Amino acid sequence: MFNTANLSALVAGDRQADRVVPPTGFTAQLTLFAAAAMAFLAVFALALSLAAGRLADRWGDALARSATIRIVAPLDQRGAQTDAALSILQTTKGVQSARALSDAEQQALLAPWFGPDLALDTLPVPRLIEVIETAEGMDPAGLRLRLAAEVPGAVLDDHSRWREPLVQAASRLRLLGWMSIVLIAAAVAAMITLAANAALAANAQVIAVLRLVGARDDYIARAFIRRFTLRAFWGAVTGTVLGLLAVLLLPSASDAGGFLTGLGFQGIHWLWPILIPFLAGAVAFAATGAAARRTLKELA
Amino acid sequence: MIELENVAYSYGGGELLSDISLKLAPGSFHFLTGPSGAGKTTLMKLCYGALLPTAGHIRLFGADVRGLDRDDIAVVRRRVGVVHQDVQFLDHLSVTDNISLPLMVSGRQAETQSGDLGELMSWVGLTNRADALPPELSGGERQRAALARAVIMSPDVVLADEPTGNIDWEMSQRLLRLLIELNKMGKTVLIATHDLSLIRATKAHVQARVLRIANRRIQLAGADL
Repeated sequence: MFNTANLSALVAGDRQADRVVPPTGFTAQLTLFAAAAMAFLAVFALALSLAAGRLADRWGDALARSATIRIVAPLDQRGAQTDAALSILQTTKGVQSARALSDAEQQALLAPWFGPDLALDTLPVPRLIEVIETAEGMDPAGLRLRLAAEVPGAVLDDHSRWREPLVQAASRLRLLGWMSIVLIAAAVAAMITLAANAALAANAQVIAVLRLVGARDDYIARAFIRRFTLRAFWGAVTGTVLGLLAVLLLPSASDAGGFLTGLGFQGIHWLWPILIPFLAGAVAFAATGAAARRTLKELA
Repeated sequence: MIELENVAYSYGGGELLSDISLKLAPGSFHFLTGPSGAGKTTLMKLCYGALLPTAGHIRLFGADVRGLDRDDIAVVRRRVGVVHQDVQFLDHLSVTDNISLPLMVSGRQAETQSGDLGELMSWVGLTNRADALPPELSGGERQRAALARAVIMSPDVVLADEPTGNIDWEMSQRLLRLLIELNKMGKTVLIATHDLSLIRATKAHVQARVLRIANRRIQLAGADL
């Protein structure tokens, strides 16, 4: 049924064929409303899936390529051990760059917990070294062994301990988002099927007259299919536009929000919601077609 | 045109029609009569593929009705004009649109622009009711509109089931004259009616055969009618 000739006929329309089915006011509005509401929800489900996807990618990929080394040593040995650790890192395979955080940076990290007036040099705060890995990655076990031998105060943290459950949570969130979209599509199909069945039942006399004067099932079905496809499409257009506006009006994720990516679309992802009305139209097209063929088969 | 061969039809309960053989030749004029509930409407429905026989064979324009799918039946109905006793229209469309509906659904709507439609409207005397909606029509007007709708495709066969059931004598005479005219133009006509005076009035104008359904079978009624 999904060939281009049919589709262009569907879009161009057949004013005569449309007229044979009496116009309906109230139920048409309901179909439009339901399609709009579903599209609105779909926009958010889509935004959620894409944002969760970005989050999973970031935690899985970007954070995976960084590690931290803590130098826990008495203040007088800290500088020497830091230098030793840095020189080991320079010769470690898979390390792109490594640098020790300055006092100012460490103070900024601790400020949220200890307040801005912290005198860092009076406290035995461990020195942090930020390690950025190359794409191939490094061998954390080997590095740990080398550090243990030469820099006793060094502790390597490759973030995997806390990263993995986060990546898993983000992936699960993305899965839930896509599942919601599938469920929304199924709900649209169910809703359109109910509406189409009601319309077909209400128009039993019209269908009987059309069959009597020699109308093919396809002709009769088309009048209904076109109507519901267009209603679902335009309803979904409205819902999608409103949903996108709502996403635009969401407060943007600030730097203070930390690593949480804001719910929304980025770059090319803005094009995804455009698919929603077409998907709704396609779902309505298939659902009405199936309902019409089923109903018509039962009539003489 | 339409051939029935040892046809039987039974509803859930028992056999309504049995062993019916009938041949509607081109250009023939038949009356179908019999008491109410004898199966006149059922026989009509068998003739345009709305019902399938429970036994025997029906050939519509040479094709066995059992071998026809729904689209084939639709095409058959473009060659068979049907008028029911309780005619149904699309109530939201004007009389003109309803009469030209068969052209519309068979993709020939261009012909609704031609003068033929106007001619047909005046032939059935509905010219000044062209824009009325079907619920606004009187019984006689409905029957005439149904007849116009049945013949607009220039069908080979016209089946009329109690076409005069709801209308007065004068109007039924008028309707009958239209059917006789159609027959003279070469159409095969089958009229189901229990109105014997209508049959008598017709026989003065046209060579009509009268079939009677009695005891589930069909018989040729005597010439004395």
